[in-house]
Amino acid sequence: MAFDYEKYIRPGKLPHIWCPGCGHGIVMKGLIRAMDSLNLVKEETAIVSGIGCASRLPGYIDCCTLHTAHGRAAAFATGVKMAKPEMNVILVGGDGDGTAIGGNHFIHACRRNINMTYIILNNYIYGMTGGQFSPCTPTGHKASTTPYGNPDPGFDIAKLAIGAGASFVARGTAFHANQIDKLIAEAIQHKGFSVVEILDDCPTTYGRRNKYKSVIEMMNRLKEVAVPVKAAEKMTAEQLQGKVLTGVLHKVERPEYCEEYAKVIERAGGNK
Amino acid sequence: MSEEKKLPRIEIIEKYCKGCHICVEFCPTKVLEMKGFVASVKDLEKCIKCMQCELRCPDFAIKVHAE
Amino acid sequence: MSKKVGFLQGNEAAAHGALYAGCKFFAGYPITPSTEVSEVLSIELPKVGGKFIQMEDEIGAMAALLGGALAGQKALTSTSGPGLSLKQELIGYGCIAEIPCVVYNVMRGGPSTGMPTGPSQSDVMCAKWGTHGDHATIALMPASVQETYDMIVRAFNLAEKYRMPVHVLPDEIVAHMRERIEFREPGELEVIDRTAPSVPPSEYKPYDTKFGDVPPLAAFGSGYKFHVTGLNKLPDGFPTTKAEYVQAEEERQIRKVTANIDEIVEFEEFKLEDAEICVVAYGSTSRSARYAVNEAREQGIKVGMFRIKTFWPFPDKQIKALAEKVKGFIVPEMNLGMCSLEVERCAQGKAQILGINRVDGEPINPEQIIEKIKEVK
Repeated sequence: MAFDYEKYIRPGKLPHIWCPGCGHGIVMKGLIRAMDSLNLVKEETAIVSGIGCASRLPGYIDCCTLHTAHGRAAAFATGVKMAKPEMNVILVGGDGDGTAIGGNHFIHACRRNINMTYIILNNYIYGMTGGQFSPCTPTGHKASTTPYGNPDPGFDIAKLAIGAGASFVARGTAFHANQIDKLIAEAIQHKGFSVVEILDDCPTTYGRRNKYKSVIEMMNRLKEVAVPVKAAEKMTAEQLQGKVLTGVLHKVERPEYCEEYAKVIERAGGNK
Repeated sequence: MSEEKKLPRIEIIEKYCKGCHICVEFCPTKVLEMKGFVASVKDLEKCIKCMQCELRCPDFAIKVHAE
Repeated sequence: MSKKVGFLQGNEAAAHGALYAGCKFFAGYPITPSTEVSEVLSIELPKVGGKFIQMEDEIGAMAALLGGALAGQKALTSTSGPGLSLKQELIGYGCIAEIPCVVYNVMRGGPSTGMPTGPSQSDVMCAKWGTHGDHATIALMPASVQETYDMIVRAFNLAEKYRMPVHVLPDEIVAHMRERIEFREPGELEVIDRTAPSVPPSEYKPYDTKFGDVPPLAAFGSGYKFHVTGLNKLPDGFPTTKAEYVQAEEERQIRKVTANIDEIVEFEEFKLEDAEICVVAYGSTSRSARYAVNEAREQGIKVGMFRIKTFWPFPDKQIKALAEKVKGFIVPEMNLGMCSLEVERCAQGKAQILGINRVDGEPINPEQIIEKIKEVK
């Protein structure tokens, strides 16, 4: 009954590089369960990332994996998908990588609605460089570069994705581990650009600066703030104060980019 | 004829375990404990095979073998 | 059979040359004065089942280009100065990850926005040194519309053969002037495709030096699965910080070019046999230089031209040999002395070097060159 994660992990690559208590490993397990549930063929699956802790994830997965430059995962992946539309293309990265340096590529991938799935591990911080504030660090919170508290307002990644045109947007947390695979699997099956934001913990560079006493406290915090979309429908605005919606937040059918480009080829007479 | 409770085997891969405590804290029946820096089985009898430890372990260090 | 001919701009010829080379993927971003390449390929690529994508910015275009190339396509981007600056980090990614692709950069005035519609030759150093870290560079310099067509084909060949990004650097004059060109017949020019792996997927390593300095490259989605990173890596593609691997990998990547320099470096020698003065020129400037050499010869001056066709790697050997022979070099260029530096390095003080440098958006005319030829002592 133990789940066979090794099936999708490259031999000899564990233990991974993430810190004790970092939820990235939990998300990676969710991704593997999702891939397994859909029987994704390794050779036909590309996993693309940028730079940062979360972006090290593809190196562990036994597929075609592409660890690109900071912020550029969505643009590299767009090239792969355009060239080989039959491949499954999954992107993985952190909040800083995806919404700051990679923000432009992110919104345009959403706009094109190209059939890829982007898993954003949002731990509210730049972990790999030692804990600088990201566009997702909550206002007032501390990071190595906001010693007096963060003056910036943060991004809501899911709203950003919806606003930019992603046709599937979901959110989960590292605490709700058994939901992660289901959200990712549904995202992969969705035709179009799908975004799965997973709220995650960074005990090393975020937790200790913001008075979290332990990994467990950080995990419990994720549990407390998360409200499933269904449950939220019955709650008042007051009750939803400080809460974060989880589950499938947005799902619409919209023309997919590679299919639209196939029509361009047809109009040009290139499919003869 | 006494029916023996079929216990699972909880495999802990010590070289993967980073000692985060997640498995110990989220086990609903407190089967696990920390032994030094790694997780360890304290009381297998209490295991209800809920798989929470395996599911939540960020380090791929726990496998619950149950039928 | 009569050849198909056209009256094209350099940029249009570049697009058609790319198609001849088998380019099936273009990612770009609009920028003057290179946009015609995008426009032509947006029409022509879908006709042959190829893909054209206009990305959200120059960096995204370079990233998509590398992604398409890794997925097995021959891939081209076109840009100009500011775009070349923006693309630099990912050109370095192409170097370290060894991904074949062609970067066509039309040189306009700079730095920054500079003179977007004015000609320049001031990106030659940017092409070589723009990305950080040690790396080899190949850059080709067309001087006519026909040569732009042919050089794009050659750029693809070199990219595919040596598994690296290759630059083509026309100046704005070459890119926008119209000339008669002959479209090449199939088989007329050599077309090289990257070496595919000969081993089964289970044994494949993307940087396996067992196969020489240029290991075979599999395509994503072709049955092979492997890891690609911008970190220093082991032969299997996974990151390493082990000193011996990092040193050896970096040296091998540069050796791909240095060990094949005679094959890569192309040049033209014009009336140099008895020359006492050598004009070193490239791109559109070489057209003024050719005129000037003919004029000066009529006036009894023994002058010839060395035309640079491959700027990087620089034709060191040839310039060194000329420095033993001639009294002086004239280096006309539309920048404030970039090629001059290289000529100086090669000449090692053995010949006088006089630059003609214009960055005012006007071409260097033959009279300026003739005047300078007469200054050589």
